Amino acid sequence: MPDAPPIRILFFAALRDTLGDGVPLDLPARATVAGVRAALRARGAPWHDALDLSRGVRAAVNQTLAGDDTAVAPGDEVAFFPPVTGG
Amino acid sequence: MSGFTVRVQGADFDVAAELARLRAPEVGGLASFIGTVRASEGDAPLVALELEHYPGMTERAIGAMLDAARTRFALTGATVIHRVGRLPVGAQIVLVATASSHRQAAFEGCAFLMDYLKTQAPFWKRAHTATGAHWVAAKASDDAALARWGVASRNAGAAA
Repeated sequence: MPDAPPIRILFFAALRDTLGDGVPLDLPARATVAGVRAALRARGAPWHDALDLSRGVRAAVNQTLAGDDTAVAPGDEVAFFPPVTGG
Repeated sequence: MSGFTVRVQGADFDVAAELARLRAPEVGGLASFIGTVRASEGDAPLVALELEHYPGMTERAIGAMLDAARTRFALTGATVIHRVGRLPVGAQIVLVATASSHRQAAFEGCAFLMDYLKTQAPFWKRAHTATGAHWVAAKASDDAALARWGVASRNAGAAA
């Protein structure tokens, strides 16, 4: 899909300290959060270790909490962040 | 959603004024919780707590929590105010206030909203001490608190 808008990636808190502000990412259709994470990790260091599933990284798609299976469409906003500590 | 308010702001809030806004002829009771910055977070004495957040998602997430609270409890109104930015020791961080015709819904609604906020609202605390700064770790006990209401929480427990 040549003109599909890229997805916008955001990082927060300790993850942003490590990975910076996030970059646009082109994805094939019918991607999921797991697919986005895998594509980022495939870039190598520092993404590979920082986004390791065992580190408890959480995700949101279009500002709603998401799981690994949540679908991601072109132009979506996908955020990755550590466990939250508000309240 | 009249009577149900979410605010995410840097400015401090006036608890008495917020409670007064929840009063109405049908209200028989108000309940509230105020979270404040404790003097220590871990080993070193705290200089300040800095709250980072995900603008847009915070309001949306808290709005969804208020919807969940209204479904479970007979509330006439509720207010959640969460501050962001750099806060000194003793500062107010968060207000959860609820109003109902009877006390049980007010008390339980308030506790439910706080437990929900602790594990599902996108805020992150950074503790500034004399020797440096570190991100505060999420606690599994907060996941357990939300689980008691029958809501699955995978925050601190997100690591599989």
